[in-house]
Amino acid sequence: MIGFELNGRAVEITPEIGERLSEALRERLGARDVKVGCDAGDCGACTVLVDGDAVCSCLMQAQQARGRSVETLAGLAASDAQAKALAESFQDLGAAQCGICTPGMIVSAVALLRRVFEPDQSQVADALGGVLCRCTGYRKIIEAVIRASREERSPPNEFGGVGSPVRRLDGRGKVEGTEMFSDDVGSADSLRVRIIRSPHARAHFEFGDLDEFVASRSGVEAVLTASDIKGANKFGVIPGYEDQPVYAEAETRFRGEAVAAVVGTASAMESFADEEFPVLWDPLPAVATIAEATAADAPQLHEGRDSNTMCSGFVRAGDAKAGLARAYRTVQGEFSTSFVEHAYIEPEAGCASKANGRLEMHVGTQTPVMDLEAVADILGMDRRDVRIVPTGVGGGFGSKLDISVQPHLALAALKTGRGVRIVYSRRESMQSTTKRHPAEIRMKIGADKDGLVSGLHFEGRFNTGAYASWGPTVVNRVPVHASGPYKVQDYLAVASGIHTNCPPSGAFRGFGVPQSAIAQESLFDDLAAAVGIDPLEFRMINALENGVPTVCGQTFPKGVGIRKCLAALRGHWKSARSEAESFNRHAELRGSPLRKGAGIAAGWYGCGNTALPNPSTIKAGILADGTVVLHQGAVDIGQGANTVIPQIFAEALGVSVDILRIVGADTDLTPDAGKTSASRQTFVTGNAALLTGEALRASVLKLCNASKDAELRFGRGAIEVADGGLSHTVNLDRLDPDPEGYVLRAEETYNPPTTPLDEEGQGAPYAQYGYAAQLATVEVDIALGTTIATGFVAAHDVGRAINPLLIEGQVQGGIAQGLGMALMEEYVPGRTENLHDYLIPTIGDIPPIETIIIEEPDAHGPFGAKGLGEHALIPTAPALLNGIRHACGVRMTCVPATPSRLRAAIKASGRG
Amino acid sequence: MGYFAPASLDDALSVLDRGDASIVAGGTDFFPGLAAGKRPRSILDPTGIEVLKGIARTPGGWRIGAAATWSDIVSEQLPACFDALKEAGREVGSIQIQNAGTIAGNICNASPAADGVPPLLALNAEVEIASAAGTRRVALGDFITGVRAVDLRPGELVSAIHVPSVDSSAASSFLKLGSRRYLVISIAMAAVVARTGKDGTIEDIRVAVGSCSAVAVRLRELEARLSGTQAAEFHKSPIVTPEDLEELSPIDDIRGSASYRMEAAAELCGRAIATALERCGGHG
Repeated sequence: MIGFELNGRAVEITPEIGERLSEALRERLGARDVKVGCDAGDCGACTVLVDGDAVCSCLMQAQQARGRSVETLAGLAASDAQAKALAESFQDLGAAQCGICTPGMIVSAVALLRRVFEPDQSQVADALGGVLCRCTGYRKIIEAVIRASREERSPPNEFGGVGSPVRRLDGRGKVEGTEMFSDDVGSADSLRVRIIRSPHARAHFEFGDLDEFVASRSGVEAVLTASDIKGANKFGVIPGYEDQPVYAEAETRFRGEAVAAVVGTASAMESFADEEFPVLWDPLPAVATIAEATAADAPQLHEGRDSNTMCSGFVRAGDAKAGLARAYRTVQGEFSTSFVEHAYIEPEAGCASKANGRLEMHVGTQTPVMDLEAVADILGMDRRDVRIVPTGVGGGFGSKLDISVQPHLALAALKTGRGVRIVYSRRESMQSTTKRHPAEIRMKIGADKDGLVSGLHFEGRFNTGAYASWGPTVVNRVPVHASGPYKVQDYLAVASGIHTNCPPSGAFRGFGVPQSAIAQESLFDDLAAAVGIDPLEFRMINALENGVPTVCGQTFPKGVGIRKCLAALRGHWKSARSEAESFNRHAELRGSPLRKGAGIAAGWYGCGNTALPNPSTIKAGILADGTVVLHQGAVDIGQGANTVIPQIFAEALGVSVDILRIVGADTDLTPDAGKTSASRQTFVTGNAALLTGEALRASVLKLCNASKDAELRFGRGAIEVADGGLSHTVNLDRLDPDPEGYVLRAEETYNPPTTPLDEEGQGAPYAQYGYAAQLATVEVDIALGTTIATGFVAAHDVGRAINPLLIEGQVQGGIAQGLGMALMEEYVPGRTENLHDYLIPTIGDIPPIETIIIEEPDAHGPFGAKGLGEHALIPTAPALLNGIRHACGVRMTCVPATPSRLRAAIKASGRG
Repeated sequence: MGYFAPASLDDALSVLDRGDASIVAGGTDFFPGLAAGKRPRSILDPTGIEVLKGIARTPGGWRIGAAATWSDIVSEQLPACFDALKEAGREVGSIQIQNAGTIAGNICNASPAADGVPPLLALNAEVEIASAAGTRRVALGDFITGVRAVDLRPGELVSAIHVPSVDSSAASSFLKLGSRRYLVISIAMAAVVARTGKDGTIEDIRVAVGSCSAVAVRLRELEARLSGTQAAEFHKSPIVTPEDLEELSPIDDIRGSASYRMEAAAELCGRAIATALERCGGHG
């Protein structure tokens, strides 16, 4: 037994030998505000103060707390003045998005502010450098700490309508440590599930005596294998591509694939090492790359997918060959990208139990209804008997669109009849969940003497890993987008997905478009140089316009904002280019290895599913006491749907957003708002919220025959309706409540108008696109090959900024991920399965970012708004690569442009 | 079997004598390597032992207690020859790691990329090892025998690091190259301790490189070549050539190719030497 002080309260525990303080705090003392992201000191989410010093509680022996004072976010937020100031400034600036890193950030900041009065940016960065954030791009965190230290606050904005930078409505729980994430719901005495995974990329396997294994290990309650699956041992997200087993049968297709799971008590599982599980592996030849998978004698992963080709996508307009033949200049290149890991700080986790014949699961997800359908189909259960309650999601970025822990939890709960929990280790999370597709792209583009693009030919092969996941979406989306936001009349783009014995590639912010944009935007710079036109002006000449067809033959009468985005960068562009060039002239003379550069890139992204229906439904009702309830089922993974959707609804209803009672996503309580994916929630669910708000308003106005401009005031049991000079009172207690208690209700669905693509890839795949252009400035050390980004200016056409604060957050976070992809992120199965070998940007890697919001209203978006989440990342990597080229003359065609690779390219170019 | 946090070194050594307790101080390397189901049955936590703490002047130099954390070292008033060690300390992981991780742990973990080792090699550090039989001292370069391998026998515990006296005019510098700003394992590192005479002659120079061989090494040939030359010649661009790096044997890994490491090591050595010599100038 040891005693210590936890947040000022004396506590006693009896930890095991080798128990981490983080475990003791979370499981023995209920301090679930301490988040665990890696169990290796790589992410800092679990930071606590021990006698005032910031430490990773995952690296501290619980016994070492004896006699000491331990402080966590929840305790600090309740009683510490500096933590309270930080909690407010974090909310004011949107410095917490998903919120999973926020405890680590605020606790680290408290340690700093106790020592340093009014710290500067570099002191803040040094103090918070040990905490990774995957959402925000860090700049708002730095600013929030500085503001808190200087007690600079403006009154919080919690009431504004559409267009107002309202603070995140769900922000308080994130900054005070009370939001429940996926591993925070399950009880300490639940059974635990551990998955047994293939240590080989491809292997035959045979189990030993599983019954004997269960019988012989005290505390182990069950083993799960394919034979426990009553429904289909196949899942997938695209109809016709359900190819992934929950548990492999006889042969595994990638390292980390599940073959079984062990369910037992917490203490039994703590002493159980995976190698003790009775399974024999027989490794088989495996293919890791596209080249290996398409070789003549390559082992085939799936029947009916010859040459390991999953499927292909295709768009043709005009005659690309003729356009290129006609061109005054052509450029071409081959580009390659790496597996990119989503690296959300929250690993997959959840809990499940069986109650009244139904299965109830609490899990972090981007798509609760798809989860429900998948789980029911795997279990062979009626869909009505499954309930999915999304928890707080500590980052998703696309990967939590696929099921991960869900079927294991469901099977374990049903087989044992008890409450079960699971949390993936960081290694499991990285081994087994989806990645961004590595791409191999060949592209050729021509231009005429005036700089107009004349012919574009794109061929992309995408390593889709062992299973389809969202691979078909990637290969369909890329050919639609590979032109970039430009007028290209003669166009041919083909993309194919190739299976390998690698983890499944799936959805990751941009669905393949960031990869194709690297090739296209890099070659646009080359082409601009070839025809002697400034890179920004070259893009301006070719930029898409209202009424001009896209490569799919779709025209938009309004809302094409790319020219405005580019124009907004002109001033910054000219000064950054000339400053860099002048710096470099002096650097060469001085013999300094430093070079500066400025690069630009543009991007576009169609919001919503590609040429497929993707409806969202929103429900709202008014209770007899006058409470307005919004059933908001669009999962907020940090992007802000919990704020933006209510803002749109409130505006349509004609009320202030702060009066709403919001019922969050729950498949029993909220209608299907579709998946949080494809930058669709603001657009699609936003429209459903708009329609619902309008319908509810209409039903109120109808009761008193008020005009559409009437003002509504919700009071206790009544609505006051002011209509010009007249005023009416709608007494709600005189209306009949429905079974849910609503006296008035509305439920509306919106589905964006799209058409399928024909065999030439022509059609209207998206009802709207968003547009972006970004300027990146860099400093390259040509002797070491290192690149430091020194600044970004990002112009984004969002149609209408529903919430400018959240838009800045999306832009900055997208840029941080784009920077990671460009400069450091490379997942190699078996080699970078942790967050110290797989590197994502830290607080010291992201420079100041200026966001310029362009509002070119969309014909379909709510109040003209467009989606944004994915657009923010697309131009970043090519802008950086173009900046590197400007700095040192080297065109990087392989990302990440690590120091080792860039230095090799500089040497090969003869420049150093 | 159990958890032992003795207050005295003797008690610690008797725990070690009784069996195979794992020595876990800051835990910053122990826990990341701990797989599920593999908790040790017995742990010795040496961080409560008074003689393992603190940094003290000794007749022959300085004694850094084995359990001194990187934050302890960074915040200690020490002469300029320790600047490289402090700069390395600030680059160890993050504040969180520096607050917990100890100098002895960094050495005993014996990672080729241990941030503390190049500056300690440049300081000619020795490792003090205690056991029930007494203490012995081993040069740091001999103590680390390979990747994850050290000269520590059953029943032994690293009790201190000794740094022999360095002339007060000596300066030092440290450079770490990684692919991001914080929390990064180095691609290559260089540490330099140098001293120049009044006329700018290099009287003593020690250069160590990490992450470019199984164990960080001193570049003795380069040191010999530079000794006795004029610091002024190297201020602008010290010529460190691949021939100076024959002690290195870098590997290709996810962080960089072997050939890149050789180039980067030469560049870092050059820059670190220039910085150290500039700092010497400041003293003289």
